[in-house]
Amino acid sequence: MQANQFHSLAYSFSFYLFGLIALASAIAFVTRKSPVAAAMWLVNVMFALAGLYLMLDAQFMATMQVLVYTGAIMVVFLFVIMLLNLGHPSDLADARGKWPTILALFVGLALLSEVMALNRGNTIERLVPPDLAAKAAAAAAAPIAGGIIGPVAAPLFKEYLLAFELTSVLLLTAIVGAVVLGRRRTDAR
Amino acid sequence: MLVEALALSAVLFSIGVIGVLTRRNAIIIFMCVELMLNAVNLSFVALSKLYGAAGQVFVVFTMTVAAAEAAVGLAIIIAIFRHVKTVNLQNINLLKG
Amino acid sequence: MNPALIPEGAHPLAATVARFVWLLPLLPLLGFLINGTLAMLGAAKVGPADPSADHGHGHGDAHAQDDAHGHGVNGHGAHDDHHPPPRHKFAGIVSLIGPGVLLAAFGLAVACFLAMRGVEMEHPYVVTLFQWMPVGDLHLDASLLLDPLSMTMVLVVTGVGMLIHVFSVGYMQDDPGYPRYFAYLNLFVFFMLTLVLGASYPLLFVGWEGVGLCSYLLIGFWFSEKANADAGKKAFIVNRIGDFGFLVAMFLMFANLGTLDIGRVAAKAAELPFGGVVITAMALFLFLGCTGKSAQIPLHVWLPDAMAGPTPVSALIHAATMVTAGVYLVARASGIFSMAPVAQLTVASVGALTALVAATIGLKQWDIKKVLAYSTVSQLGYMFVGVGVGAYTAGIFHLVTHAFFKALLFLGSGSVIFAMHAAYHHTHNHDDAQDMRNMGGLKQYMPITFYLMWIATLAIAGIPLFSGFFSKDEILASVFARVSHSTLAESSLLGIPGSTVLLIVYGIGLAVALLTAIYMTRMMLYTFHGPNRTGEGERPHLTEAPWVMTGPLVVLGVLAAIGGWINVPELLGAIGPVGGLEHFLEPVVGQASLRTTLGAPPHVAHQTELLLVGAAIAIAITGIAIAVWRLKPAALVPKKEAPASTGISRVLENKYFVDEGYDAAFVQPTVSVSRAVLWKGFDAGIIDGLFVNGSALLARAFGWLGSQLQTGQVGTYAWVLLIGVITLLGAFTLR
Repeated sequence: MQANQFHSLAYSFSFYLFGLIALASAIAFVTRKSPVAAAMWLVNVMFALAGLYLMLDAQFMATMQVLVYTGAIMVVFLFVIMLLNLGHPSDLADARGKWPTILALFVGLALLSEVMALNRGNTIERLVPPDLAAKAAAAAAAPIAGGIIGPVAAPLFKEYLLAFELTSVLLLTAIVGAVVLGRRRTDAR
Repeated sequence: MLVEALALSAVLFSIGVIGVLTRRNAIIIFMCVELMLNAVNLSFVALSKLYGAAGQVFVVFTMTVAAAEAAVGLAIIIAIFRHVKTVNLQNINLLKG
Repeated sequence: MNPALIPEGAHPLAATVARFVWLLPLLPLLGFLINGTLAMLGAAKVGPADPSADHGHGHGDAHAQDDAHGHGVNGHGAHDDHHPPPRHKFAGIVSLIGPGVLLAAFGLAVACFLAMRGVEMEHPYVVTLFQWMPVGDLHLDASLLLDPLSMTMVLVVTGVGMLIHVFSVGYMQDDPGYPRYFAYLNLFVFFMLTLVLGASYPLLFVGWEGVGLCSYLLIGFWFSEKANADAGKKAFIVNRIGDFGFLVAMFLMFANLGTLDIGRVAAKAAELPFGGVVITAMALFLFLGCTGKSAQIPLHVWLPDAMAGPTPVSALIHAATMVTAGVYLVARASGIFSMAPVAQLTVASVGALTALVAATIGLKQWDIKKVLAYSTVSQLGYMFVGVGVGAYTAGIFHLVTHAFFKALLFLGSGSVIFAMHAAYHHTHNHDDAQDMRNMGGLKQYMPITFYLMWIATLAIAGIPLFSGFFSKDEILASVFARVSHSTLAESSLLGIPGSTVLLIVYGIGLAVALLTAIYMTRMMLYTFHGPNRTGEGERPHLTEAPWVMTGPLVVLGVLAAIGGWINVPELLGAIGPVGGLEHFLEPVVGQASLRTTLGAPPHVAHQTELLLVGAAIAIAITGIAIAVWRLKPAALVPKKEAPASTGISRVLENKYFVDEGYDAAFVQPTVSVSRAVLWKGFDAGIIDGLFVNGSALLARAFGWLGSQLQTGQVGTYAWVLLIGVITLLGAFTLR
């Protein structure tokens, strides 16, 4: 009993810790002037989110978060920042004036409060119908067959197979598009 | 933990919105969009704890789309930068009809 | 008696062929759909499948064909070559379907009639097809009502209609719009049967409007000539005035009686105060509808113009069936009219006045169809006198006999016009093929038509034993019988005592009988007797019409001669059933008739009756004699040489200048108000200026505003987007 309680406490602590890290890093991210610093703070947010995914029993997603987001996407961002050599002071002073910033803050808070207001009273019981909750509880209690990948992979390759295949087309298109756009036009001049 | 995760997701999303509204550097705005996508991913993952693994499948899709978007978007930014020598959106009004 | 409360299944007719009564309107509708489809399919390409087939014939051969068939008729002279105009490629199948569906409907009608003879027709037979308009307190079903009255009308419509369809096969054979013509004609019969079979006033109104539509379409059948299209529009617009009255009457019924079912209305109307304002208004508004449809004063102006349509159309729609719908409606609503003696007196007076005015105009018309048109208006007035004085059987009886002899007269005139047109066509003459001054002496060229039309003339003039004699005599006798001891005699119209009004009506009736005999004899004399005035070149080409046209004429000739024997008075009981039609219609109109005559059958002393009949016969013979004595066909000159008429004949020839008066009183003010206020002010100013240009300006203003927002600044776009999202979410939040 004691151990269980401690386990629960440690779990909560870690959850809030990762949440705070994500929050603080996000605020730091939007306030940095330098794009490189901002990108690094964003990487930090993504790591914290990966930790949260882990705690939410989405181990596969946590791995993908680290590999795809931080390892691939953010690296591309950094490449581009360095490629464009955006160290110039005029580029760094990119924040808008004081009033637009305050207004943006207000708009952001308004959005947040609206989302929260929409969510008010949304307890677990309301979010999940009782029969679904019972099923979920049964599924959680049962040993996971086929490891942790199975539950994600099964719908991916069954129900959402078409969408999954279409993402490959999307990626291919994106690659072609990026190559075409990034190519230096030799024939233009 | 679900409610906390959803609340964090909303906060992160709002921060991303504020970033989009306040910054002028195209690359940073892009990163703000990535932050918003991550915030949504967080709610997907949190809710998948209740509704089953389908939520995580959507996260996979989101990541794919984010990757594609990053590739194309950054390519566009590079192309624009070549053209106007800046990534400051205030100086770019190519969309003006 | 409340017929509407009788359960359907209990009716004895339900076990007979009458349960297929819904097929009656359905058959012509089917014909309309098929013919209409063929008309549309054939519209793109008119003509024979192989044009070279025509050239295979020698030139003389083509002439011979031209002689035999003639072509087209008044109003369309598109083909001026020597070759016969090509028949429509679907002409064969249309000729089968058009009259075929009518033949089937007539057969079914006869079967229904025989079934009806075998059972006790205490209550009408109502067949509910489907629920039509269940709205609040208003429950309308699409129900058909089969009772002796509608049976009589159905027999007339399908029987005479069938004959006219067959006639049309010959008359319209070379018309490029042949399938279209039969489609319209079938559609007309469908609506006419809906009108007579409808078990509720709104359903009756559907048929009422439908026949109006078909009338419009067929009057303007040769719409490429403006006069024809205008005549169609005139008929349509004048009828709208009457329809307004019908609608108001229906509103009054629903407001005061709470139902629109014909049986229930009759039952509930009997509970209203006798002769009260409500019931009188109801009857008068219904009668306004009748004046429009049946061309009574003041809405009589459209019918003569309606002669612009093909002649069989004039025979079917504008003589035999549609224009008599008003008479039918009064008989159908006898339960309402018999409760309102003032309205009845109005009906009778208007009918008498119309009869007189139209008959005088008919004296001086030169167009053979116009004579018949005014004769029709006049005879319709007669029918209204009959139904107006509560002698519903007499009115319907005259309707039936009139359908026979007037259809015969119209078809006969069609035959004449056909021959005249063919002759003129042959010599490329563009004279008026309908003007009697261009005819004369036709009896030697078209003897069948000549004899048959004389039968019809004697019938309409009221020569004994011919059909018109019985019906006209019965109307006159009914009027006379109600001068005393009836609700009509006890009430008054515009301060004049009812008995006086009825006496005047009776006097007018006699005068009209005289005039009818005169103008009909005049028409016959000018058309068939005396020397021929058609022209030297044309004379050899005047021939009798083909048998497909004269056949129906013969049948109608027999009916016009003996059709009156279905309802003979006691005096002549030897030749037919005494009061046959009266007994047949008794379940429908008997009660209302008795109400008018204060519960006792109208009675005229035997000697008086003999005197009246004798007077009528004398008047008819006098009329014919006057016409023969006074008119000299030999003195007539062809139309183009005729001098302009003067004095009273000019007034009559111009129809008392009613059209000109309406033009000055209604049309011109409407046009000028439309021009000044509606066109220049409202249309050009408000619609064009404010709405059309204004909305364009508004759109341009918004467009300019929008273009100002298009800064190309992605940041601004993001702001706008976000504000939109927040507004939307806010709406959800505050919901």
